[in-house]
Amino acid sequence: MTSAEPTRRDFLYIATGTVAAVGAVAVAWPLVTQMNPDASTIAAGAPIEVDLGPIAEGQVIKVFWRSKPIFISHRTKKEIDEAQKVDVATLPDPQPDSARVKPGHDQWLVVIGICTHLGCIPLAHQGNYDGWFCPCHGSQYDSSGRIRQGPAPANLVVPPYAFLSDSKIRIG
Amino acid sequence: MSGPSTYQPQNAFLKWFEARLPIMGLVHSSFVVYPTPKNLNYWWTFGAILSFMLGAQIITGVVLVMHYTPQADLAFNSVEHLMRDVNYGWLLRYLHSNGASMFFVAVYVHMFRGLYYGSYKEPREVLWILGVIIYLLMMATGFLGYTLPWGQMSFWGATVITNFFSAIPIFGESIVTWLWGGYAVGNPTLQRFFSLHYLLPFVIAGVVVLHVWALHVAGQNNPAGVEMKPGQDSVPFTPHATIKDGFMVVLFCLLYAWFVFYVPNYLGHADNYIQANPGVTPSHIVPEWYYLPFYAILRAIPNKLAGVVAMFSSILLLAFLPWLDTSRVKSATYRPLYKQFFWVFVLVCLGLGYLGSQPPEGGFVYAARLLTAYYFIHFLIILPLLGLIETPRPLPSSISEAVLKKAKVAATVVFALALGSMACLSIATPASAQEADQEAPKPPRNTWSFAGAFGRFDQGQLQRGFKVYKEVCQNCHGLNLLSFRNLADPGGPGFTEEQAAAIAADYKIQDGPNDQGDMFERNGRAGDRFPPPVTWKNEAQARQLYNGTVPPDMSVLAKARTYERGFPYFLLDMLPFLAYQEHGVDYIVALLKGYKDKPPAGVTLPSGGSYNEFFPGHSIAMPPPLTDGRVEYTDGTPSTLDQESKDVAAFLMWAAEPKLEQRKRIGFQVMIFLLVFSGLMYFTKKRVWSDVH
Repeated sequence: MTSAEPTRRDFLYIATGTVAAVGAVAVAWPLVTQMNPDASTIAAGAPIEVDLGPIAEGQVIKVFWRSKPIFISHRTKKEIDEAQKVDVATLPDPQPDSARVKPGHDQWLVVIGICTHLGCIPLAHQGNYDGWFCPCHGSQYDSSGRIRQGPAPANLVVPPYAFLSDSKIRIG
Repeated sequence: MSGPSTYQPQNAFLKWFEARLPIMGLVHSSFVVYPTPKNLNYWWTFGAILSFMLGAQIITGVVLVMHYTPQADLAFNSVEHLMRDVNYGWLLRYLHSNGASMFFVAVYVHMFRGLYYGSYKEPREVLWILGVIIYLLMMATGFLGYTLPWGQMSFWGATVITNFFSAIPIFGESIVTWLWGGYAVGNPTLQRFFSLHYLLPFVIAGVVVLHVWALHVAGQNNPAGVEMKPGQDSVPFTPHATIKDGFMVVLFCLLYAWFVFYVPNYLGHADNYIQANPGVTPSHIVPEWYYLPFYAILRAIPNKLAGVVAMFSSILLLAFLPWLDTSRVKSATYRPLYKQFFWVFVLVCLGLGYLGSQPPEGGFVYAARLLTAYYFIHFLIILPLLGLIETPRPLPSSISEAVLKKAKVAATVVFALALGSMACLSIATPASAQEADQEAPKPPRNTWSFAGAFGRFDQGQLQRGFKVYKEVCQNCHGLNLLSFRNLADPGGPGFTEEQAAAIAADYKIQDGPNDQGDMFERNGRAGDRFPPPVTWKNEAQARQLYNGTVPPDMSVLAKARTYERGFPYFLLDMLPFLAYQEHGVDYIVALLKGYKDKPPAGVTLPSGGSYNEFFPGHSIAMPPPLTDGRVEYTDGTPSTLDQESKDVAAFLMWAAEPKLEQRKRIGFQVMIFLLVFSGLMYFTKKRVWSDVH
């Protein structure tokens, strides 16, 4: 086997080894993908509808969509003003309030209630910015759900949603 | 695993590492340079096959546990969830359940090889006893695992097996209660069985290490049964044995894949697709096939304690085999008398296995007693005497000499013996004494589009069958494992997602509580499951309404029903081209068409019962559900009783096995792959061995 030229023996060994490797990968795939979300989990992630009627001004409610808490905040005049007046350029994750609410529905803020730092759920109506305070590592969000202070890198995420009527939204 | 290693790493890091942990040297001396007799035949590859199967069972098992819930109320449905919703869940479960059977196939070949070639004799007694321990652990693990799906066979199998211990005088009852963690098999039993089923495979793996260690100390036995001489008798383990073992593992995988992809429920029991019911024992309880010989021994003896003792001793006897066999000659090749008794013993074991699967009545009991007696006589009388009276043929002086003078054993003789014994069994099979006149006729076989290796569902038929279910069956029968979204799944009835959502919207689903704390009804959504039947709220009410019976849920009904095929058809049913898996649907069609206006003369029905030719006992609480024109088909198919029955049966087959098309499609790909791979492995093996032969 000192010859540099491939022999028939080499070819046979390489072919067998290659087929074995293909087989190993094919067997590994079901073992790996079985850990992905199953069909019932995916089906349970369908959009949900939320009636905004019962939410009083100044109140924040929590609903679940895809196992994630969604904050729905019925903002007061003061909270809306604070959110709109901030100089966007000074924010760690610059985003105007108008980009975080639906046009004509300034009083409704809908965000995924998961701190963008390491996944804890921030507490409403706490912290220095009339918004949320995360008890895990001290991140503070304002009344638009934007990060203002602390280790979190980004604003609270706005989930996909739409107004079906003035008092009803569909999340997802 | 013995002797100092000759491993000399060149790489500096490996040298450094080897000086601190000589694991590479261990592997090198045990699995690379380890000398293996050059005359080993293919029966010697089953050790490698068993190692492969142990690995396969542990890997698939660990994965299954990620989806399984060991709780009496949830276990059955969690297994069905795995089969329906988890990505490749059906594949993983069928690999594991059939893997257990393949494991036992391999271990029986391995054990009979040891018996034939005298592999238990000096100096391999400890090696053999470790093997017996592994076998016992395997039996325990297999039994514990069979309990976990929490079907009817799981539950009643667990009840019967644990009751073995009640035969122990004085303490029996307390021991059984302790095993159960209650007054009967129940949730505590399931939870501890689950824990132990997870534990034991790792114990097996540990004993396997000892087994291999002992093997590598004594060295392998070989077909000549004379010990290896240094030098020309051996070849290095790698590549010779490695490639030979690998080739056989691939061939074995062909068998394994055949069962997994084409007859995955053949080795199971239909009753295990019925959720455990502590109030009803299935009419015919049998263990998994690999316990059948011992089950036959248990039932052959009419005394409870003696039966249990006989059963356990029939296995434990194996551990004493090195001393029961008095002959010093190992290989049956050189023992003309033992060779004959060996094959008789094989046939006796097969016969006991068959008898274990039959009802314990009539001639079966006497046959089982005869064979049980022979089983013990073989070990306790024949083997000790044979060593004293037999004149062995002259042994070769070395393996090399044996290879040169290798006697050709005609495989046809063995084959003829096996066939002959089967013929004897079929002639000797006594007619079942019990209920001879009650015997239901066999359901006729129908032609199904989904039968066979390339079978696919007929979407039109499934849609018609769904219409029958929706307009007739669902009044009384639930379909609780199915979601509306499944109607749009690939391999199903072929509804679009919009159609499935529209079908869902026709149903009222109970939801809640709402903000006021009240339950409310809303229209169904695609992700909802089919709601329970509207005509009854709970089982007690169903019994009140339907003559004391509860209409069964139909989700897995097509897999939960079967009928006896009888010898030899049940054997043919697993073979390629003959494979028959449609017992359940054929039974359902026969049942739906099997109503008679009047019972035959002399038969009186309980009030409210209908006479059905195919229903066990013939009195069925369900009045004839289908008639000609009962359902109006929209695709122009005439709605005859025959057509409606077949359509709804096909729909139920899909409901029970929604991944059937995917299974058969992937099965074909796997088979092609394995055939190509085994061919390549064969030629590689030939190349590697070309310098020896």
